[in-house]
Amino acid sequence: MTEKLLEVKNLKKYFKTAKGLLHAVDDINFSINKGETLGLVGESGCGKSTTGRVVLRLLEASGGEVLFNGEDILQYNKKQMSAFRENAQIVFQDPFASLNPRMSVSEIIAEPFIINKKSMSKTERYQKVKKLMETVGLASRLENTYPHELDGGRRQRIGIARALALNPSFIVQDEPVSALDVSIQAQILNLMEDLQKEFGLTYLFISHDLSVIKHVSNNIAVMYLGKIVEMTDFSSIFKDPLHPYTKALLSAIPIPNVDDDLERILLEGDVPSPIAPPPGCRFYGRCFMRKDICKDVTPELLQVSEGRYCACHVVHGQDG
Amino acid sequence: MMNINTAVENRNQENTQKKRSQWFEVWRRLRKNPIGMVGLFIVLALILTAIFADIISPAHYVEYLGRVPAYEYQDLRNRNAFPSAEHPFGTDNFGRDIFDRVVHGSRISLQIGFVVVGISMIVGVIMGTVAGYYSKITDSIIMRIVDILLAIPNILLAISIAAALGAGLINVMIAVGIGYVPFFARQVRSSVLSVREQEFIEAARAIGAGDVRIMFRHILPNCMAPIIVRATMGMALAILSAAALSFIGLGIEPPIPEWGAMLSEGRRFIRDHWPSTVFPGLAIALVVFGLNMLGDGLRDALDPRLKQ
Repeated sequence: MTEKLLEVKNLKKYFKTAKGLLHAVDDINFSINKGETLGLVGESGCGKSTTGRVVLRLLEASGGEVLFNGEDILQYNKKQMSAFRENAQIVFQDPFASLNPRMSVSEIIAEPFIINKKSMSKTERYQKVKKLMETVGLASRLENTYPHELDGGRRQRIGIARALALNPSFIVQDEPVSALDVSIQAQILNLMEDLQKEFGLTYLFISHDLSVIKHVSNNIAVMYLGKIVEMTDFSSIFKDPLHPYTKALLSAIPIPNVDDDLERILLEGDVPSPIAPPPGCRFYGRCFMRKDICKDVTPELLQVSEGRYCACHVVHGQDG
Repeated sequence: MMNINTAVENRNQENTQKKRSQWFEVWRRLRKNPIGMVGLFIVLALILTAIFADIISPAHYVEYLGRVPAYEYQDLRNRNAFPSAEHPFGTDNFGRDIFDRVVHGSRISLQIGFVVVGISMIVGVIMGTVAGYYSKITDSIIMRIVDILLAIPNILLAISIAAALGAGLINVMIAVGIGYVPFFARQVRSSVLSVREQEFIEAARAIGAGDVRIMFRHILPNCMAPIIVRATMGMALAILSAAALSFIGLGIEPPIPEWGAMLSEGRRFIRDHWPSTVFPGLAIALVVFGLNMLGDGLRDALDPRLKQ
């Protein structure tokens, strides 16, 4: 059995808003094994990115535990956090916004060393930066350019180099390719795969794009309105989705074949507000399989078969 | 994929791109702006005048007294003279050459401009950055102090500070400087608030950057443009305020050739002798005009949205 690197237990993140408590992440559980990738998929606003940030404590959780190598990082003090920061990094969605426009490429990549390895000499740091640029496929002549002079793919490579600088074991990939052209997406995804193999990295890969998720993940968790509704290995979710939301989501993937009869599941209505959500299944109002029990009782994420979890009364056959 | 990589490798061998500073870009854009360039020319002329004041208006050597600075030398037989070849701007009621005094006055004005803006900018930028970054209680406390400062009319504040500390060049600069702190603090705070929410700040936090580093390495450099514009225009306002203070007698003491003080002295003879008020007044107007135009030009040049 492979070792768990990250385990999230009953993680909650609520935001205070003028209208009430916004349940961005509501009691979720998942774990990632060392060297594997968990794909976190869901539509915009469902709490995927918030999850990624809470796991790294870029946002403070409202409750729950985040176990990293068995230790709860939510209890870490400042000193422990800085050690944790070297171990866990993040690549952001928007390579235009996530790089300081006033810093050159080499300054951006060197910054993690300046902050965390104060004893490192200038030349040593420069060597490291060069090495990192080579690793992520950035031409060394670009070291003195500024982010606005580069295209999206190159910028994202800078972001990746910065995340890799301190030799982390875990990286949150927060929609790292969704701002890029499709042709560049493939390059970046391949780069990430290579890096994962080379350095034994563990990824939490957040995306709304199922085809990207399929490409990179070992396990996939589907999120809907702050809850994980289904979690399974990557092959079975595409073959045999359990949760009605997953079914609808998968049916939305375009198939490049005109003769194929698409059976699209069209969902009615809109995503309900995450502010003070009612009890019962979050998906109740839009579900095409709903039963009476779904309205009042929140379904738990329960094991269906080995490695497959689903939060749905209908799937578990509890008709009430 | 292979081809792209080899192409990249090949280009790698070519020279590494030179580090071209962003100030070069700003200069390139400023150069295209005639108004800004006129302003820059006037400001440069002022700076050069201040530097070379002793060469433009050299000191006089008087028997028994030795070296007398040009702005203090009195030609007593030629008091309240009108412009002539010998005295291009005429002389004042002590027989001092007004041209020499205006030239030397540029040093005082420049000093006032830089020191006042220096004081108010440093204090204001720190207050604004801290207020904008920490928000909540810290923000409220700092901004209420700023509001109190803002509630007092600027010149009144300067008068009370000058009255409390006494007249004199340094006190004037402190008095006027404190008066301009709120403008910098507010400007910086609003810029910080918008930059703070950007993703690269979160990225900096993710690599473990502390608050101080985030504030001064990541946020402030991205707020520089409005600060520079305000500093340029603030300098013009500071020179005006200092002149006003000198005019009402709370500023620089004679015989220091401060333009405002010269106006104040010349006021008594304004009906009979126009040069003693007109030339210092023109000097003030020209410098303020130049600084304002430079500020306008810089605002356009520093605005990345106008990037071509």
